[in-house]
Amino acid sequence: MSPFFEALLLQAGYNAALVAIGAALLGFAAGSSGTFLFLRKRALVSDAVAHATLPGVGLAFIVMVSLGGDGRSLLGLLLGSALTAWIGLLTIEWITRRTRLAEDAAIGAVLGVFFGIGIVLLTVIQSMSAGRQAGLESFLLGSTAGMLFQDAVVIAVGGSLTVFATWLLRRPMTLVAFDGDYAAALGYDVRRIDLLMMGLVMAVTVIGLKLVGLILIVAMLIIPAVTARFWTERSGRVIWVAGAVGGLSGYLGAVLSASAPALPTGPIIVLVAAVLFVVSLLFAPGRGVLAAVLRHRSFQARVHRRQGLLALAAQHPIREAYTLRLLAREGLVRPDGVPTEAGRAQAAKVARDERRWDVAREIHQDAGLTGRYDGVTPIEEVFTADEITEFDRRLGPPTAVGGA
Amino acid sequence: MVAAQDGRIAQEPPPSDAALAVRGLTVSYGEKPAVFSVDATFPAKTMSAIIGPNGAGKSTLLKAALGVIPRLSGEILVFGKPIDQARDRIAYVPQRASVDWDFPTTVLDVVQMGLYRKVGLLGRLSGAMAARARDCLARVGMQDFAHRQIGQLSGGQQQRVFLARALAQDADLYLLDEPFAGVDAATERAIIDVLKTLQSEGKAVVAVHHDLSTVRDYFDHVFLINVRRIAEGPVATTFTAETLQATYGGRLAATHLDELAVAGGAQ
Repeated sequence: MSPFFEALLLQAGYNAALVAIGAALLGFAAGSSGTFLFLRKRALVSDAVAHATLPGVGLAFIVMVSLGGDGRSLLGLLLGSALTAWIGLLTIEWITRRTRLAEDAAIGAVLGVFFGIGIVLLTVIQSMSAGRQAGLESFLLGSTAGMLFQDAVVIAVGGSLTVFATWLLRRPMTLVAFDGDYAAALGYDVRRIDLLMMGLVMAVTVIGLKLVGLILIVAMLIIPAVTARFWTERSGRVIWVAGAVGGLSGYLGAVLSASAPALPTGPIIVLVAAVLFVVSLLFAPGRGVLAAVLRHRSFQARVHRRQGLLALAAQHPIREAYTLRLLAREGLVRPDGVPTEAGRAQAAKVARDERRWDVAREIHQDAGLTGRYDGVTPIEEVFTADEITEFDRRLGPPTAVGGA
Repeated sequence: MVAAQDGRIAQEPPPSDAALAVRGLTVSYGEKPAVFSVDATFPAKTMSAIIGPNGAGKSTLLKAALGVIPRLSGEILVFGKPIDQARDRIAYVPQRASVDWDFPTTVLDVVQMGLYRKVGLLGRLSGAMAARARDCLARVGMQDFAHRQIGQLSGGQQQRVFLARALAQDADLYLLDEPFAGVDAATERAIIDVLKTLQSEGKAVVAVHHDLSTVRDYFDHVFLINVRRIAEGPVATTFTAETLQATYGGRLAATHLDELAVAGGAQ
C-alpha cells in the first residue's frame, strides 16, 4: 500500500491516526460553528479572536512556572488563551458599540495589539531560566508532532460541545444573522446571542490551537462555511455541509501530511479546504461559475427562441440562422421559415405572455422583478395569481395569431 | 399652533385600554434627539398611521417602542403592561431594506421564524406549525412561493413574506415600518386587505406611512410626528391642513395641502 492509502485507512501508525481523527473532529466543529459568524458577515472577528489567544498562552506559562510547574500543562495553556481571547472579543464588541469606530477598525486594532503582546511575552519567556519553554511557538502554526491522546480527547469533547451548542442555538443565531431588528422585537437579547456566537468560535479556536495554530485557524472557521454556501440555500443545511467540508479537509489534510515527510499538517488542512472551496466555486450547481456560464448559454438560446416566436406571431421573417435552427429543431418552423401548426400555437402563447410582461413592466417599477423577464420563464412563476389577474384585466381578452 | 401647545414635557397618564401607549419617550443618536419626549397612544382595534417627514423619527419611534433600539427615557405600555410582559402579543414587520436578501433561507423558513419564540430552543417545528406558516403565506397570496430562496422575490413579494411572518406570530398588535414602500399596487392592496381583516378580528395595527394621499382610505387614527409629537387623534379631525403644515413645515406645497384637505372634506 502507498503511504497515502495507509494513512487514509489509519494504518500509518498510532500518532498519524490520532492526528487524522483529531483534525477531522476539529474541522467539523470549526466548520459548523463558523457558519453563523460568516452569515452574520463578521467572519474576520474570528481572526482577531485567534490572535488574541497568544498573550494568554504566554501568561498561563509564566503563571504556571511561577507556581513551580514546568509550564506545559495543556489545560492551563488553553484556559489562559481562552481568557485573553475573551477579553479581545469583549474589547472589539465594546469598541464597536461605544465608539464611532467601525468593526473592521476594532478588529485590526485588537488583532495587532494582542498579537504584539503575545510575541513580547513569548520573547520574555525564551529568556526565562525556569520551565520548559521549547515548543510554545508551535501555537502559532500548530504542530502534530507528539500529539497525545489527551489532546485528541480535548478536541473530541470540546468539539462535540461546540457542535451541540451550535445546533441548540441555531434558531436564535439564524434570526440574529438574518434580521437582528426582528430578533430584538421578538424579545431575544441580540447582544448576548452575538457574544454566544463568537464565544463558540472562540472555543473552537482554543481547542484547535495546538493542532492548526492560531494563524490558520481562521481558515478552518470561514472556508468551510463559504464553501457550503455554494451548495445550499438554507442556513440550517449550511451548518452541516460546512461541518462536513471542515471534517473532510481536516481528515484529508492530516492524511496527506502524514503520507509524506516534512508536510506541515495545519497548512495542508487549510489547502485541502481551499481546494474544496475552489471546486465548489467552479462547479457548484446554481451558484458556481460553470453553472453561471451554462445558464448564460441556455439563456441566449431562450432569447433567440422567444424572438423567433414573436417574429412568427407578428408574421415577420426570421433573419438569424441560429434562431431558425432552434425553432426548426423543435418542429416549430419548416426549414424554409414557414411556421408549423405547433409553431403558430406557441407563437400565440408567447405573444400573450409578452403582452402580460408589458403590462407588468408598466405597473411594477421594481427592476428586481421585471428584470427577471428572460423570455422563457412563464409569467406565472414570477408573479402571484392576483397580480396576473390584474395584468389580464388591463390587457383585455386574448387575441389569436392569424394564420400564415 | 398645535406644535406649540403640544411640545411640553408633562405626561398624560396612559389609558389602560390602549394597544400601545408611549410616555415621555426620548431616543437619541449621539446627542441629537431623533425622538424627543413623545407621548403617543394607539387605540385597540384600530388602524393607526405614524406620519411625518423624512428624519422625523417615525421608524425610530416604532423601534424604540419595541426595544429594538435603546431609549434614553420613557415608558412603553402594551395593552397596559410593560413591553417585556407583552412580547408575545406584538408582531413587527421591519423595513424590507433592513435585511440581506441573499441570506440562505427560503420563504417558508422566514415565515417560520415567526414561530421561533413559541417553539423555543429545543422544540421541533411540527407539521401543524408548518401548516400554519403555509396558511399565513396563503393569506398574503404567496403560497406558491414557499420554497423559493428569498432573494428571487420582488420587493412587493418580500414585503408579503415579512407580513406572513408577523401573521404567524398570531399577535394582537401589529407594528409595521413603511409596509408600502417600494411595493407594487397589487401588493399594496393585498397588504391592506390583510390589515383590514386583522382589524376586523379586533387586532390593532400601527404603521409608519409615507403616502399622505392614502391615509384617509387606509387608516382611522393618525399620529403626526416631527421629532416631537405634533398631533394625534382620529383621521377625520386630526388629519387636517393645519396639522400637516405644522408637521411638514414648508415641505408641503399649499396646493398639496388643499388637495388633501379637500379630499378629506369630500368624504
